[in-house]
Amino acid sequence: MNEVIRMKEITRVYEIGGEKVYALNKASLVIREGEFVSIIGPSGSGKSTLMNIIGCLDAADSGEYYLDGQNIRDYSENELAHIRNKKIGFVFQNFNLLSKMTAEENVELPLIYQGISASERKLRAKEALERVGLTQRSKHKPLELSGGQQQRVAVARALATKPALLLADEPTGNLDSKTGAEIMELFHELHRAGNTIVLITHNDEIAAQAERRIRIMDGQVTEE
Amino acid sequence: MLIQSLKMAWNAVVSNKMRAFLTMLGIIIGVVALVVMVSLVNGATGAVTSEISALGNDMIIANVIDDKGNPIYLEDLSVLEKDAAIGAVSALSQVNAQGKHGYQEKNITVYATEASYFDIQGLSLDSGRYIRSSDVENRSFVCVLSDTAAEDFYGKMDATGETLLIDGVPYTVVGVLAENDSIMSSMISGTAVYVPFSVGSRMAGQPYVTGFYTAASDPNGLNEAESAVKSWLMARFDRDEDAFMLMNMSNVMDAMAMVTDTLSLLLGGIAAISLLVGGIGIMNIMLVSVTERTKEIGIRKAIGATRGNIMSQFLIEALMISLIGCLFGLGLSWLILRVVSVIAGSITFAMSADVVTLAVSFASAIGLIFGLYPANKAAKKHPIEALRYEG
Repeated sequence: MNEVIRMKEITRVYEIGGEKVYALNKASLVIREGEFVSIIGPSGSGKSTLMNIIGCLDAADSGEYYLDGQNIRDYSENELAHIRNKKIGFVFQNFNLLSKMTAEENVELPLIYQGISASERKLRAKEALERVGLTQRSKHKPLELSGGQQQRVAVARALATKPALLLADEPTGNLDSKTGAEIMELFHELHRAGNTIVLITHNDEIAAQAERRIRIMDGQVTEE
Repeated sequence: MLIQSLKMAWNAVVSNKMRAFLTMLGIIIGVVALVVMVSLVNGATGAVTSEISALGNDMIIANVIDDKGNPIYLEDLSVLEKDAAIGAVSALSQVNAQGKHGYQEKNITVYATEASYFDIQGLSLDSGRYIRSSDVENRSFVCVLSDTAAEDFYGKMDATGETLLIDGVPYTVVGVLAENDSIMSSMISGTAVYVPFSVGSRMAGQPYVTGFYTAASDPNGLNEAESAVKSWLMARFDRDEDAFMLMNMSNVMDAMAMVTDTLSLLLGGIAAISLLVGGIGIMNIMLVSVTERTKEIGIRKAIGATRGNIMSQFLIEALMISLIGCLFGLGLSWLILRVVSVIAGSITFAMSADVVTLAVSFASAIGLIFGLYPANKAAKKHPIEALRYEG
């Protein structure tokens, strides 16, 4: 199996009020293709920092990070944007859809930044929406959709680019338990279909559903 | 990509129509000010220049101020006429008199001219003939009426063969001039009647030349003709420059053109300042918009928008606002100019392609320049912080 993520002694230090805070302290982890991994930790554990680094939104201060075999290091802001665009599908806690666009347009957005033609975009957006079971609602704007439906649109947007990694940050955090369970079911389905999923959460119950759990505490990573 | 950017910008503009319109207002007012002012100056200039050229812009007018007891006679002028640079010369004097036909009595302006005056001044006939050299030589009591004079005395244009009493002396009407549609010349000449110089100058009590019109032999040789006239007059009047006055009509045109050019530059400059103010309005609103849409910028960056993508999105938006404003401004200017043209009547004010190009390029430049700072600010936002922003 290919390694999608290989992290070696990743350290990220913030300076708050002249004091050094290690958000990540020599964290190492490997995630292989097709795995469904949950990263658990309470708030302040370095969870968000880890997600930002995995998601190429932030760069580590030291250590090595390979994403899909590519060493993410000394990249310019624009290069990181391209990597995010092609390799990573984000699913956020608060959905982060653009409210003025329809579901379909939201799903198309990452494809626009890839410079894909309009007809191809439409096709792939349609496929992605079909996969999350929202074909009927493709012309609706986020505010006309329920929370669960909005999160499905966000998943569709993440899938549209066929990324190497689906990175979900508390995807059920803003949903009631029933809708949350539905979203989790969607993730299981995607996992069975071969997608690599990293799910970040503070909820042990949600985390337990993944086939592999990684706990993060005070910037240190431990396998459970 | 470009079409997508345009679509995005368009959606952003229409999603907040009132704000977009208020932002555009500055540009609209600026463009209207620019286009209307410049077009008004151009229209007025065009009208005035055509009036002046209708008076004859290819001639030299000479007036004798002090003849030093040695007045010029008609025979002297024929010497001047022989100069190679000079095409034709006609003496002219002007006197006010009383015209009478039947019970019609009216003040008229009598122009005493030679036959060549017809060509120098570029007159045209409605009927009959103009004054001939033989009329001048024989001191014939004949006259040529302007169209207004013919209408005033006879109520018709075809007055040839009629008799007109000028200060009680009967003159035979030998011709009527064609209607002149130039406002200025009809204003100046009024009820004009033309008589042979020899007859008219006596009527005025000055049986010698007090002024004359000269045409150049070559239409481009007006300056040579002017210097020929000048040197002749200088020789004639003991090298005293103050004894006579020369007016080169093409110089008048040049001076006029300079004045109006300066005027349109000045007014255009003032209008450009109001466009600049409009541009600052765009920058202001774009900065607000960038802050408001921080979250959107974060989302876009997270899913792969580069700095350039964000930059061009906001830049195109600013450009679009200013160009749509420009379009509205041009439409409004067109409307205003139409209304002004209707009110002004005889003068038509039109938007020239030059003015439109100027307005469009100015508006684009302003959209670009004032959009640059907000767009750059948007592009520089860090994705993590932008995503965390809750506005």
